[in-house]
Amino acid sequence: MDYIQFAVKRLVQATVVMFVISLIGFSIQDNLGDPLRELVGQSVSEEVRNELREEMGLNDSFITQYVRFVSKAVQLDLGNSYFFKKPALEVIVDKFQATFELVLGATIIIVFFSIPIGVYCAINPKAWMSRIVMTLSIVGISVPVFLTAIFLIYIFSVELGWMPSFGRGDTVQIGVWSTGFLTADGLSHLVLPSVSLASIMLPLFIRLIRAEMMEVLETEYIRFAWAKGLHTNRVWFLHALKNTLLPVITVGGVQIGTMIAYTILTETVFQWPGMGFVFLEAINRVDTPLIIAYIIVVGLIFVVTNTVVDLIYTLVNPTVRLMGQR
Amino acid sequence: MNKLRLFMASDFVFRFGRDRVAQGSLALFVFFVFCAFAAPLIAPFDPYDPMQIDLMDSELPPIWSGGDADERFAFGTDAQGRDLLSTILYGTRISLIIGFCAVGLQIFLGVSIGLISGYVGGRIDSFFMRLADIQLSLSTLMVAIIASAVFKATFGSEIYGNVAILVLVLVIGIAEWPQYARTVRASVLAERSKEYVDAARVIGLPRWRIMFRHVLPNTMSPILVISTVQIANAIISEAALSFLGLGMPVNKPSLGSLISSGFEFIFSGSWWITVIPSLVLIALILSINLLGDWLRDVLNPRLYKD
Amino acid sequence: MALLEVKDLEVQFPLGRKTLQAIHGLSFELDAGERLGIVGESGAGKSVAAFSILKLIARPGRISGGQVIFDGEDLATIPPEQMRHIRGNRISMIFQDPMMTLNPVLTVGTQMVECLKAHRDITDEEAKRISIAKLEEVKIPSPDERFENYPHQLSGGMRQRVVIAIALLTDPAVIIADEPTTALDVTIQAEIMGLMLNLCKDHGVALMLITHDLAVVSQVTQKVCVLYAGRLAEQGPTRSLIDAPKHPYTRGLIKALPQQNEPGSRLYQIPGSMPTLDDMPPGCAFNPRCAYADDRCRQEVPKPRAFGDHLVACHHVEKVAAS
Repeated sequence: MDYIQFAVKRLVQATVVMFVISLIGFSIQDNLGDPLRELVGQSVSEEVRNELREEMGLNDSFITQYVRFVSKAVQLDLGNSYFFKKPALEVIVDKFQATFELVLGATIIIVFFSIPIGVYCAINPKAWMSRIVMTLSIVGISVPVFLTAIFLIYIFSVELGWMPSFGRGDTVQIGVWSTGFLTADGLSHLVLPSVSLASIMLPLFIRLIRAEMMEVLETEYIRFAWAKGLHTNRVWFLHALKNTLLPVITVGGVQIGTMIAYTILTETVFQWPGMGFVFLEAINRVDTPLIIAYIIVVGLIFVVTNTVVDLIYTLVNPTVRLMGQR
Repeated sequence: MNKLRLFMASDFVFRFGRDRVAQGSLALFVFFVFCAFAAPLIAPFDPYDPMQIDLMDSELPPIWSGGDADERFAFGTDAQGRDLLSTILYGTRISLIIGFCAVGLQIFLGVSIGLISGYVGGRIDSFFMRLADIQLSLSTLMVAIIASAVFKATFGSEIYGNVAILVLVLVIGIAEWPQYARTVRASVLAERSKEYVDAARVIGLPRWRIMFRHVLPNTMSPILVISTVQIANAIISEAALSFLGLGMPVNKPSLGSLISSGFEFIFSGSWWITVIPSLVLIALILSINLLGDWLRDVLNPRLYKD
Repeated sequence: MALLEVKDLEVQFPLGRKTLQAIHGLSFELDAGERLGIVGESGAGKSVAAFSILKLIARPGRISGGQVIFDGEDLATIPPEQMRHIRGNRISMIFQDPMMTLNPVLTVGTQMVECLKAHRDITDEEAKRISIAKLEEVKIPSPDERFENYPHQLSGGMRQRVVIAIALLTDPAVIIADEPTTALDVTIQAEIMGLMLNLCKDHGVALMLITHDLAVVSQVTQKVCVLYAGRLAEQGPTRSLIDAPKHPYTRGLIKALPQQNEPGSRLYQIPGSMPTLDDMPPGCAFNPRCAYADDRCRQEVPKPRAFGDHLVACHHVEKVAAS
């Protein structure tokens, strides 16, 4: 099996998972709320209701309705949001940009800091700096993300007044994308939420990298590298680091899903106009199409990221090189 | 008696005796558990009893900050006039109950599945491990949020409030069994090829007996290490869900919902409604994590620290 | 003067409450081009001794005393940068398990070229040329292809050949080989050992062979040190040591060889087992198992002393030799 075959296999798997997600989404939709009520309100007679039911195909079998659902979904039609009176998908995608930038900001912080700090702590586990980092990291993972957010707001917004505590600030429109990265105001609005979101994953990655690297440094092949008289930097940053980062990639992939969950929390605290925030409102309003749209989109994001991470990992890790490659 | 003496002389106890941090965190944790379960006895008020709540008492600051502070309310009161100390005690209790029960469910499901899967092997094994893989790659928090959100939207806030504890335990419990299953299965696979299992089979012991009496004890140590992390995570998950309004309702709050209801008051100056429960939550989780870390160090001889 | 001289080496492992002494007062010499065998059971300290020469003992072990003199310099006192240029350059090592020795995520070529470039100022092409030539020398077929391979694409025997090639890349003065064939299939052990022997002879490289296999030692080495519980038990020319061992332990070892026993009869075994590091008997470590042990043996640790052309650490070597 070579790489192309593997990729195809993986994609098929992803599609299957998407189907399952769509099935779950549809089942939820079927049982949640009454689309008729949203459309025509309460004061319509029973006959008219039944007529409408027939017309809308709500009396058809589960399978028929599901197939209809999927075919509409593939055409990017997930119904209209009851609240926004717009296509649900449009609403979600609209808000996606805000969430994406938030996640991007957090990821930059995480990658930028976790690797050097993790490596340093692995190489010098007894240095006082390492001990401080490890202590802080335990505190870091003990503080739920929404608490970090609240405390950051309390300290930096309420008490010190340095940074804004809600919203996205000024954004610049580039084609279809509105970004907050290009204005000072937008950036200042990004800081606290990104830091909050990063706050629980950063210690996790630091500890992970440190643990992996410490294990790698005890291996025979690293000892052999020392025995060859290689320069310390080469042993640490080529021999050891490459082996360390491989499993971190896999973990990173899984953590993306968790990060999306955390965005819901962060967006709630900062009133950040992203998908998570809108999802929560939809729950409270029982805005079914929007709820389903969110689930489907998040499911899609999740499946895509996992697949991509899988593919990248297989490409980058020589030991899983599939047969037929020389 | 002999076992106790062996335990006391063991390396485990020795290292505990030397580690201040481990001792401190165990003490803190035990303190929390005690306070939480003794809540009905030691709480000055009953926060669930509407008779004891007076709206006139709302938003009073804690004792030490002067101002309108009322000496009846050590930590101040929340927006409804409930005594914060009592509410925190009861809230911690709920958080701990949910945490322990959820993890209990995880252990029950995960260990059983792991044992069966590892010991029986074959199709059953592949099925469960495939399922575990998919579930593990899903974020538990995400699944928990969606599950409870849908539940709440379907049944409405009223009903949801009443069964919230059960739902939370179920959701968090079912979401995380793969962790345990994977670990137990790995241990089972390792032990299965060892000779004492063959010996037991030759003697004629039934499979389940071999699994439970012989193989299972050998998997205890990793289960113990994971459990501390899982309890901490369960408490965080519950707090997060409650914070979002998807967990415990505001009138029967856990720490998470307390924090949520107090959030808006940060801006108007009544910081204590959010901050104090937050600190309690952090301290609780921190003590569990510290214990877990220490356990991992002691039970895992692979990485030689000093 | 010997090329490599180990004098009264002491190696400790501080472990929390207690400190374990892995090597006590070990001394031996290796001349240029000489082939020395270090023999002993698992746990006797042979690998530790080998690693201490290059100061590569696994943490928390450390050299607590003695000297390691290479080419006139005490390796314990030279600066780290200088030590780096001795490792893999003038003294090379071959580890036991080739599966674990090579970095799985780097190609064979990368791991060879870097060894050359770490110690000399040469171009990549030149380094590649030398590496491929070395791969040929260790009898690896299609060396240019293998150069681009990853370690897991090679068989165990081939991997060990690569490791041997790496050891020879820099024309070292000494090669320390720690159980180089133990992890290999029995069928290729002899092949690899033969290869190593010939290469060392051809290039005039001194070889320090760590092993528990007396048969290999008898075919490859010129001199043997027998270690027991972290101390030298006996040292002497290989032929003489195997034919006429003087230390009771060595005698037991030779007697236990299948070749020395009548076919069909019970294999001889030295009664008891070697003590663990934390459970050392007082006096001579071998005394609980020794037929000649007396009170002196139970109290006083024997120091190696000359007896004929051997060095023997036994209070009663005359009596033993006579029987």
